[in-house]
Amino acid sequence: MSNLPPNPYNSLPGAPPINVNTGQVLNHNQQFNQLPASQLPPGYGLKDTNSNSPLHRQQNSVNNLNQSASSSPAFNQPGLVTSQPSPIRHMAPKPPNIPQSASPAISNPSPTPYPPNFQLQHQINDNTPPLSSQYQPLVNGPPTGSLRPPINLSGPPISLSGQPVSQFGQHTSLPGPPSNISGQQQYSTSSSYQPMGNRPPASATEFGLPPANYGPPPLARPPGSQPPASTIVQPSQFSVSSSGPVRNTPLPSGPPVNVPPTLSGPAGQPLKHLGMNGPNLGPQNQAIIRPPLGPSSVPGPIVSGSGISSMGPPSGPISPPSAPMGAPPGRTGLPLGPRSPNNGTQMPPPVSGPPLQTYLGHQNLPLTNQYLGPPGLNTGPIGMKGPNIPHQPSMPPMSQPMGPPSGPIQPGQPSNLQSRYPQMPSYNNQPQAIAKQYPPQYNAQGLTQQMSQLSVTKQGFDQLWGHHMIDLLQCKHILPEYPEEPPEIRLGHQFAESPNCSSEIFRCTINRIPETNSLLQKSRLPLGILIHPFKDLNHLPVIQCATIVRCRACRTYINPFVYFVDAKRWKCNLCYRVNDLPEEFQYDPVSKSYGDPSRRPEIKSATIEYIAPGEYMLRPPQPAVYLFLFDVSQIARESGYLQIACDTLRNNLDQLPGDARTQIGFICFDSHVHYYLMSEGLTRPMEMTVLDIEDVFLPSPDSLLVNLGERREMVKELLTVLPQRYSTPGVPGSALGAALQAAFKLMSPTGGRVTVFQTCLPNVGPGALQSREDPNARSSKEVAHLNPAVDFYKRLALDCSGAQVAVDLFLLNSQYSDLATLSGMSKFSAGTVYHIPLFRATRTWQSEQLNRMFTRYLTRKIGFEAVMRVRCTRGIAIHTFHGNFFVRSTDLLSLPNVSPDAGFGMQLTIEESLSDLQQVCFQAALLYTSSKGERRIRVHTLALPIASNLTDVLHSADQQCIIGLLSKMAVDRSVSASLSEAREAVMNVAVDALSAHRLAQNLPAGTVSSALHAPASLRLLPLYLLALLKRKAFRTGTSTRLDDRVADMCALKCSPLAQLLRGVHPDLYPIHALREHTAADQDEETAPDPPRLQLSAERISITGAYLLDDGDMMIVYVGTNVSPAFLSDTFGVTAVSQLPDEARSIPKIETEGNALLHAFIDKLNDDRPYASEIILLRDNSPSKQLFTERLIEDRVESAFSYHEFLTHVKNQVK
Amino acid sequence: MAFSFPAFSYIIALIVDAFLIFFSIFHVIAFDELKTDYKNPIDQCNSLNPLVLPEYLLHLLINVLFLLSGEWFSLLINVPLILYHIHRYYTRPVMSGPGLYDPTSIMNADVLTVCQREGWIKLAFYLLSFFLYLYGMIVVLIAA
Repeated sequence: MSNLPPNPYNSLPGAPPINVNTGQVLNHNQQFNQLPASQLPPGYGLKDTNSNSPLHRQQNSVNNLNQSASSSPAFNQPGLVTSQPSPIRHMAPKPPNIPQSASPAISNPSPTPYPPNFQLQHQINDNTPPLSSQYQPLVNGPPTGSLRPPINLSGPPISLSGQPVSQFGQHTSLPGPPSNISGQQQYSTSSSYQPMGNRPPASATEFGLPPANYGPPPLARPPGSQPPASTIVQPSQFSVSSSGPVRNTPLPSGPPVNVPPTLSGPAGQPLKHLGMNGPNLGPQNQAIIRPPLGPSSVPGPIVSGSGISSMGPPSGPISPPSAPMGAPPGRTGLPLGPRSPNNGTQMPPPVSGPPLQTYLGHQNLPLTNQYLGPPGLNTGPIGMKGPNIPHQPSMPPMSQPMGPPSGPIQPGQPSNLQSRYPQMPSYNNQPQAIAKQYPPQYNAQGLTQQMSQLSVTKQGFDQLWGHHMIDLLQCKHILPEYPEEPPEIRLGHQFAESPNCSSEIFRCTINRIPETNSLLQKSRLPLGILIHPFKDLNHLPVIQCATIVRCRACRTYINPFVYFVDAKRWKCNLCYRVNDLPEEFQYDPVSKSYGDPSRRPEIKSATIEYIAPGEYMLRPPQPAVYLFLFDVSQIARESGYLQIACDTLRNNLDQLPGDARTQIGFICFDSHVHYYLMSEGLTRPMEMTVLDIEDVFLPSPDSLLVNLGERREMVKELLTVLPQRYSTPGVPGSALGAALQAAFKLMSPTGGRVTVFQTCLPNVGPGALQSREDPNARSSKEVAHLNPAVDFYKRLALDCSGAQVAVDLFLLNSQYSDLATLSGMSKFSAGTVYHIPLFRATRTWQSEQLNRMFTRYLTRKIGFEAVMRVRCTRGIAIHTFHGNFFVRSTDLLSLPNVSPDAGFGMQLTIEESLSDLQQVCFQAALLYTSSKGERRIRVHTLALPIASNLTDVLHSADQQCIIGLLSKMAVDRSVSASLSEAREAVMNVAVDALSAHRLAQNLPAGTVSSALHAPASLRLLPLYLLALLKRKAFRTGTSTRLDDRVADMCALKCSPLAQLLRGVHPDLYPIHALREHTAADQDEETAPDPPRLQLSAERISITGAYLLDDGDMMIVYVGTNVSPAFLSDTFGVTAVSQLPDEARSIPKIETEGNALLHAFIDKLNDDRPYASEIILLRDNSPSKQLFTERLIEDRVESAFSYHEFLTHVKNQVK
Repeated sequence: MAFSFPAFSYIIALIVDAFLIFFSIFHVIAFDELKTDYKNPIDQCNSLNPLVLPEYLLHLLINVLFLLSGEWFSLLINVPLILYHIHRYYTRPVMSGPGLYDPTSIMNADVLTVCQREGWIKLAFYLLSFFLYLYGMIVVLIAA
């Protein structure tokens, strides 16, 4: 089941009763003809007729798509802008047009935060009455309002145990474990401390602001649900100045109103199918036309049921789906001896924070002692784990802001320092830098959790200023218990209040752009942006206006970061050209007044969607066209996938995004290509088989793609019949290439989406491949054949891309299928690769997985014939694009289809010095055709400040985004060079970044020093890098099938960041402690929110139960000695041995513990496209390795443990 | 004899070199067009790829002539370019047709820069060698 119901535009055809109006039907009959000017909808009428003439449109065809300066009619006809009537003209009510999709009445009462609300639309120019109230939330949205002020202001009062710190309470008063200051740190003197206290309040204005969050509010944990220890204390003087911030306000949270499309016109003509006129069956081509399909016409063997028996034998040897072959036996890194479970007590009560005096005493403990020989190891595992993992309670308290407090504090060390400098913040040798800037290190959420773990530390100030520094070698529990929000972006004074783009959509690896390229080189961080442009959004303002305001020089869309020279002119923030504002823009639809352009939704929201007028169309918007290609070769029949795919498709036929013009078609292929004719006169679908696969042709130009609405019954019948038809043993050949060529011929007149199901290596006809994998080399250091073997699929994808056809591949292979070559068809046509290795329909979990995956795929929103252009401020250029698309020019991506699950990455270069700029802006504009046949433009704008020194750059790095970009770069590197080189490069990233930090801070070299210092912003970088190296795509030494590796690389290239991160570094939760972490207030049902554990066997107790979530799979791991009470409460069994090992679901029973676990799993599943697979493992399970191989902090054969990795990095840091 | 084989080689080399100069000018222009978004990379690759092998063969032809006529110096200065050409073609992306340029990777900023730089350097080289061949031809003719 999909958790993210796609946008109603696409996926709920007819859900709103008044959905289809006459205006929309317009396009149906004019499908691919140029619209004559006279027929153009009202919106077109505003333009010079010249621009509407077909001739003109033809001339503009390239330019329109390129959106270059000269292409815009507004540019060509300057009179257009000024001579237009005022928007009042558009305010005439247009009753039939109003409800494009979900009406407010429908969508308003769905305030549940988790499932995204239907995308609501604002009606900007039309029907005004509801607008003012609905736009209100743009400024003070209830969800944001509930988030922001409480975080800053509420919480326990400053609870420092008697320390005279009230003035700086927000830094110093947080309860939590004591923090250790490493020996490197120097305490500032009182004099340098004082000025910091007197810094202007403005510097802290944005400190407490939560980040903009488009996601469902509960994802950002509300303060109430946090453990008591993690309540932030913010003195009011700091939050006062941040009152009423529009900045970071999420997009309007009120229900936007839609402006209906202006397209209107005659309706109702039946679709004319374009394409080949007349059969081109040459005499040399043999077409065998079979009688219509149907149960009655199915050949004998099928009826006799031999097909069923044919599926029997292969389904016998079932092996776990993703268990790597020949993998080493499960490691024994799990604790054997009894341990005191301390997972439940990781959150100290706020008041019981260890007294301040303890922490200082420990700072001089020898490092090696702390790591290697901690006293008080009380359990067995440590011996097995190697010396680097001391048991938790024995850890001396250290400067680990994130780690859970480690039990009793060891007293005993003298605390001279403490008495001398009772509350001195250490601020890391950079007073001048600190005084200069206030980098966006921690937003309120992150800070909340972070500070909760800190006692009154000297790092308080550095942390506030974002210059917090951490000794990685000493900070053992580096992983924050709760996911961190990305670092906050703090723009300059002028735009401090401007809404920036959500970090879920647009994210940069460095939140303050280095002002010169040399500075960037010095920081040695990768500079790039990650973008998730078509993400399902809860609140998206949609605008329809006669003129979309864009810069005339660079075609930038107007956005919140432009400068208004005066009321009539604006200055582009990317190229700095001064443009005129159209008259219309003066009108504010909220207050219905003129004169203040800054109140327009374009200025108030960094993510906005326009309904594009006619000049953004090269041709009338295409209908939704879906073509499905099913592999029916022998191996495919054995796997039995066809039944599931057809059933899923049949069940979701009504949810396919589209309108009345939606077309659908099917092709099956083994060593021949089978077409299915569903034309008007037929009562049953008719199969036509083309034997000639070398020279593919379409046996019938018509009726291979049929209108879904008109032929729904026939399509359903075909989907019922197909699995039976192909249940008999078949031929081994798979002519995928020929089928794809046929699909291209069929689709090229319209464009659309081709879905390919493939189960084996294509071995006949064009595009035939040979097996390249050497099964003996699966664990070798060097991996060959990551490159395509032939360019057939790539060329086909390029042809498809030109015809606006995207190819999605579902690879359900049970043997090597050369995904490296096959994936070309999706990579360059903006498709997606889905991979389920060793698929057998008889394994219910796999068929369920396919069902969920395919359901989401079918029902999610889709954009057709899309292009995305990313513009940057002058001086910055895009170097390389990552993702699935075809790069058509230096900043333009051609995306035949765009899906809400596709993410993109871009590497940037700094070409000119940016030192005279205030900020750098990026704007991504995605122009697409919705499944309802509307042309729309979604615009995201991100603005980032500039940094002028190395410290600022390093401290504003966004480590998660860096990992996202790096993984994509590493995939590129392993394909273009080699895997070992890519691994080397990944390792060097940590060395480089920490070396740069060492340089910036003048610390001693890694080999000399006993510490490895990292800026707080990069403290997780080594951990993530290590995790990345252990991912399937990059791991060596462990047996990994080549296809699995390539599939993982494909996933890395096009996953959105959140999904990618979860795959890189899975989340481990103690589920035996769910109850302690369930929010106290019982007003409404809240899901448990346990802290994440580190991925180390050290954290696994045999008396506990754990859930490890890597995005694809949730592994529930139950220890041997888990309490019977927990077992019976959660699983309904009394002993571990009664648990079904490798069960693929959690039984649902009527107990509280079970309900909690299900609520928790549902919560985890909420933010991903489809629910993850669940597997339940016992401690003694033979598949335990599934679990242990994901404990990435531990050592496995041939791969570093975290501590070894750190030591390695430390020795390299120069 | 007034018209020796070396002189003939130089005359052919001059003519061929003029073609090569045109090729590299075209190359430079083509990549400039790509950089400034005037052309679709697929079209551009389709027009560039058929020219790669002819250019290499023409260049090889004049060097064969130099080899046969014993013009060792002219041959020597061309050997690096021949080696580069061989290397370049050997490491080309996987493609079924002749040529070097892959539309999916050509828009990468690195590839684009390399190709453009290669065009300029080759242009300079061909221009200089044009005058060298001219000089060589005159020397050979006078010597005869």
